[in-house]
Amino acid sequence: MAVGIGFRRRLDFLLLVIAILSAPVLSDLILSKVERQIDLTSQIARISSTIKAENDGSSSVSEILLAIPELQAKNLAYLTARVIEGKGKARTSGLALTVEPANPKGMPPALSFYSIVLPKPLANGDSVTLDVLAAFTHSLRPFPEKITQADIHLVLFQDTGHYLSPYPVKVQSLAVKLPQARIESYTKLDNTKTLGSEIKYGPYENLPPFSYSPIAIHFEANQAFAVARELVREIEISHWGNVQVTEHYDIVHGGAMSKGEFSRLDYQSKPQIRGASAFKHLVAKLPPRAHSIYYRDAIGNISTSHVRGDSKKTEILIEPRYPLFGGWRTAFTIGYGLPLHDFVFESEGKRFLNISFGSPMHDIVTDSITLKVVLPEGSKYFSVSTPFAVQQEEEIKMSHLDIFGRPVVVLKKANVVPEHNQFFQVYYKFNALAMLMEPFMLITGIFFLFVTCIVYVHVDLSISKSSASYLAKLQWDEVRATVQQIQNIINQCLSTHEKLEASLRDLSRTGDVQACKAARKAADGLLKELSKELKPLIAFLQSTPPAAHILPKVEELVAKERELQERLMAKHSTIVDSYEKKLGGKETENRVASVQQKIVALRQDIEDLMEYIDEI
Amino acid sequence: MASPESAVNGPTMTAGAASKSLRNAFGGVIAFIILVLIGVLAFSIRLFSVIKYESVIHEFDPYFNYRVTQFLSKNGIYDFWNWFDDRTWYPLGRVIGGTVYPGLTLTAGTIWKVVNSLNIPLSVETVCVFTAPIFSAFASWAAYLLTKEVKGPGAGLTAAALLAMVPSYISRSVAGSYDNEAVAIFALVFTFYLYIKTLNTGSLFYATLNALAYFYMVCSWGGYTFIINLIPMHVLLCIVTGRYSSRLYIAYAPLVVLGTLLASLVPVVGFNAVLTSEHFASFLFLILVDRQCHLSSSYYLLVQVFIIIHVVALAYYIKGILSPKMFKVAVTLVVSVGLAVCCAVIAILIAVVASSPTKGWSGRSLTLLDPTYASKYIPIIASVSEHQPPTWPSYFMDINVLAFLVPAGIIACFMPLTDSSSFVILYIVTSVYFSGVMVRLMLVLAPAACILSGIALSEAFNVLTRSIKFQLPGIAGNPSIAEENGSSTVVAPNDIPKTEEAAKEKPAKKNRKKEKENVEKKPTPSKTEKRLLVLPLEASVIAVLLLVLLGAFYVVHCVWAAAEAYSAPSIVLTSHSNDGGLHVFDDFREAYSWLSHNTDVDDKVASWWDYGYQTTAMANRTVLVDNNTWNNTHIATVGTAMSSPEKQAWEIFHSLDVKYVLVVFGGVVGYPSDDINKFLWMVRIGGGVFPHIKEPDYLVSFSNLRMLTSQTYLFACLYPKRDGQYRIDAQATPTMLNCLMYKLSYFRFVETDGKGFDRVRRTEIGKKHFKLTHFEEVFTTHHWMVRIYKLKPQRNRIRGKTKKSKSSRSVSSKRDVRGKRNPWH
Repeated sequence: MAVGIGFRRRLDFLLLVIAILSAPVLSDLILSKVERQIDLTSQIARISSTIKAENDGSSSVSEILLAIPELQAKNLAYLTARVIEGKGKARTSGLALTVEPANPKGMPPALSFYSIVLPKPLANGDSVTLDVLAAFTHSLRPFPEKITQADIHLVLFQDTGHYLSPYPVKVQSLAVKLPQARIESYTKLDNTKTLGSEIKYGPYENLPPFSYSPIAIHFEANQAFAVARELVREIEISHWGNVQVTEHYDIVHGGAMSKGEFSRLDYQSKPQIRGASAFKHLVAKLPPRAHSIYYRDAIGNISTSHVRGDSKKTEILIEPRYPLFGGWRTAFTIGYGLPLHDFVFESEGKRFLNISFGSPMHDIVTDSITLKVVLPEGSKYFSVSTPFAVQQEEEIKMSHLDIFGRPVVVLKKANVVPEHNQFFQVYYKFNALAMLMEPFMLITGIFFLFVTCIVYVHVDLSISKSSASYLAKLQWDEVRATVQQIQNIINQCLSTHEKLEASLRDLSRTGDVQACKAARKAADGLLKELSKELKPLIAFLQSTPPAAHILPKVEELVAKERELQERLMAKHSTIVDSYEKKLGGKETENRVASVQQKIVALRQDIEDLMEYIDEI
Repeated sequence: MASPESAVNGPTMTAGAASKSLRNAFGGVIAFIILVLIGVLAFSIRLFSVIKYESVIHEFDPYFNYRVTQFLSKNGIYDFWNWFDDRTWYPLGRVIGGTVYPGLTLTAGTIWKVVNSLNIPLSVETVCVFTAPIFSAFASWAAYLLTKEVKGPGAGLTAAALLAMVPSYISRSVAGSYDNEAVAIFALVFTFYLYIKTLNTGSLFYATLNALAYFYMVCSWGGYTFIINLIPMHVLLCIVTGRYSSRLYIAYAPLVVLGTLLASLVPVVGFNAVLTSEHFASFLFLILVDRQCHLSSSYYLLVQVFIIIHVVALAYYIKGILSPKMFKVAVTLVVSVGLAVCCAVIAILIAVVASSPTKGWSGRSLTLLDPTYASKYIPIIASVSEHQPPTWPSYFMDINVLAFLVPAGIIACFMPLTDSSSFVILYIVTSVYFSGVMVRLMLVLAPAACILSGIALSEAFNVLTRSIKFQLPGIAGNPSIAEENGSSTVVAPNDIPKTEEAAKEKPAKKNRKKEKENVEKKPTPSKTEKRLLVLPLEASVIAVLLLVLLGAFYVVHCVWAAAEAYSAPSIVLTSHSNDGGLHVFDDFREAYSWLSHNTDVDDKVASWWDYGYQTTAMANRTVLVDNNTWNNTHIATVGTAMSSPEKQAWEIFHSLDVKYVLVVFGGVVGYPSDDINKFLWMVRIGGGVFPHIKEPDYLVSFSNLRMLTSQTYLFACLYPKRDGQYRIDAQATPTMLNCLMYKLSYFRFVETDGKGFDRVRRTEIGKKHFKLTHFEEVFTTHHWMVRIYKLKPQRNRIRGKTKKSKSSRSVSSKRDVRGKRNPWH
């Protein structure tokens, strides 16, 4: 099969070469020196090229074309170019230049072109040094495509040994960096040598435009082939002080499919050999001061994760529920909160969120990312600025007690690599008062609840105001009010009794007979007044039929109270008498004893009656 | 009205009506606050599972309920009623809408909907997890109401506090335990409350509410039959003891008519309930139904008592209009006619019941009458541990000190015996009986025990504190102010009588010690009598202290039970390592997660029925059998496959489209409830339907056992009366060592430690090195607790082989055998 594929590829390139040869020379640019380095240590193929271009023609040149074979172009995730100034140690790279797809005429069809717009046009004889970085995903093809648990994971990488360019190249070299020293096979051109886990091609000199020599490298790769087929990142801003990030991952092991059985025994006893192609954990680098981190999936919390944090970053190591072998999938969610002041700033009356775009996972390829920035309710005039092109949409999210919903900026991008973890900005206008709306709403709601309760209690909701039962109820209410009044009066009587008793005690202490008599007089007067007050109430009760069953009790109560009064008065006078006669304490007690007993019994009765009436 | 003097003399003033009503108002507020706190307690004591583990659905059945709720919230109520679930009981499927008690699901679904319509984004899972704690708060409030109706608010508060933390109820309602019982206990207690309320007030309003509460109960749990039997029994008791009143009629008749009509609206109950002959069992005693026989109900008793109460009502009415002499004549006439009719009816009934094939007795009903019935004849019922009779320690574990307080409560209910207290007595007596039959029914006992213990505690405190109060001032030397309440400082009484009344109307009067009916009947004399019944001061102080100590012990036990015993979600296991670290065994979810992400959506997974609900809910894969054990034959098929040799098992599974087989194996980490320990039920249930599975083939008989020196295995000593034991060590029978369950569990197990030492059975396994020919291991979890195997595809037929004639003969001969054995051919 390998031969077949290789052959087809060759054929493609043969056609390509034929096409290339017939292509016209584009401009008078010459690439005087090209150094390429292909980094294959992770699942992402990163090709960084240092290109020194010279203008050999008469007219000035403002853009440089990059050619990428279409087969690779569809895997191209990231492409950037910078101008390098200075030499040796003083090299500094300038700003990123604009790179855009170009479609120059008369070029071979199997190539995709990107043009780098130079900061200033290159005049005749001038030269510029560029640093071009391209990252390709899914370009390490597992070969064989299916392996068992015990097999070594081998991948195949194909590229060109000579720099493919529409311009002639004077001097060039290529270095391929591999993860392990174990190389199954690689294409040998002239001037090829290996150095540990590195393969070097070149230097080659004076090659014409579109020179192409395919190379294929077949090597062992045991790094994590974690591919997020879909990633939904939701960033929710709360002006109460939090930026909540929630990331839903759908992960697949993008390496060779595993076939046959999976033996836990083998995996546990010899994880380096029998589980080399699997990955056990992923590492995410979160911003510093990330808090409330969680890691879970649809069926609950996943307990295997570790968090380490310092002032520069928060590192979280997460283990999926099971080790992922080739083709195995898993899905999970991580979430964390970030302090608001680290990410949301204010300038020129506008607020803006400044946060990184891609997944915080280490060396993960994201096939499709959906980034949702949920702005607080009431935000207006929002705009997005991203360092690269993304698809942009808007939607509304209803969340905690929202009325209008929160505006959501949705950004979508396919084929994302860690290089895309650049800061982007979402500008919006937000009135700080708007964040008080929800508490205010809650307060209002509870207030109205109470008001409703009050109104309900106080409003008479009966439908018919003339029905018998309603009238009866009204009457009953009146009866109860009356009974209440009677009770109050009785209480006052009782307190008066208490005063009489107190005066007796005073008497025994001070011996002031006159004061005691005065107290009795006052009490007597008060009690009479009270009994006068009592009369109309009793009369009312007698006249109302619903009070019939309560009346006897009330009457009994009143009668008992009166009796108690009499007894008390008797007792009082007896004691005062005996005090005046200077009788001994014992004798007095004997004289009072019978009355005292009655008084206690009566008091008991009155209390019981009161309690009983209370319960009605 | 308020005189300034009274305010001045406040401290020495005798407690009067004004202060009393104020005290009542305060009592009402305090009682309200206490109730709120009880609600908070009931809710928060159930959160141990969330704090110690995580917010996750527990165990088995809750996963099904959760899945149904998810479906409901996603598809709406109409789709829910019509839901035919094709992901379970493959290839039969299950009509979920018509076979599920919808109360719990609808409750949680409604909560979810309301909360989401307020834009509070709670997930269905969160709502499901917290439904049970919320409803246990409701249940304790309902217990307060019920006990208040029976013995006053003091007892009510005590009962509510006890119910809020009774371990038996906690075991079924911790956060995450999303099961029918969680809401059903609330519904049960609330229905009883409304019944008592109607009985006490004679209000038709409460009677209607009662029917509605009963309807909710019918929706929620099969235990509604408990209500529908207990209430008629109570009515009957009242009639027999001559306590018939119009209030009783109002409490009963509307409930029967409305309740039955409403109950028949629930698909799972339906009109079948009225028509089936299963009622006969319930005439004697009622049934708690669960998943399988959802139709059993007891309308017979209900209807009969309905007739009786009408007859009695008529009799009372006639008695009212006729002279005593005429009445006697009428009675003799009616009784003779009535007897004749009754005889006829009974004769017809007996004929009907006798003609029905099961003689009116369902297996589960018989379990209630004869606890050993199920284990003898219906293995599928007996195989569930919660259907076993409880042991004495489990009473202590589940209701703790309440067990000692209940008798006191019963005594308190007899002084005086009222309609409502007789109901409570009847409730406790019946529930004690049923709890003795099945562990599950302990749950019905718990509220009754709490109510009675609440009454007992409250009465005891009442007596003791009264004694103390009566004697304390006596020591001070002034008996005349014995009744003085030191704390009754009197503020000027309210001038507006209406608000005072409102305060008086407040339900709770905590300080009120007398009970209403009591006062109505014999007002003052009993009171003064009571005053005289005073215990010695020292004794009562010590008794109060002891009671407080008892209460404290109960609280400590409940908190311990909630925190340690009942909050484990059972899908996550934890163990403490020696250095105090926590080790988590999350193997079940690991396996389900693997299945859900790495197999095809339509793949069928075979496992023992215990894991059916979890597989459908967590892995979203089709299963053959699940915890709704409605089809014994299907379960027996799986049991047969598990206990057959590899090839036969492969054929059975293949014929059922099974792609993966899941077994639970605890031998590596010592997890005792694994499939090998459940294996005897697979054999027994399988053998019950397919006779070629013979239990003795798997057993080592006792005669062999005696020769053994070391006896360290015994995983099936549950049934010593059986002739022999299941064992997997060197003495095991060849049938056992070759059956699929053994092979799948112990495949390559020996390579872990070189000896194959099973930590659950504490023995070395019998057959150590073997290969699988028809299955391949595709996944095993981290601690080996779940192992998933894939059926190997059928071998290609190789044409023109030399062994053709031989193999074809053997195949044909095998096919004959298979034809009989495999029910799916």
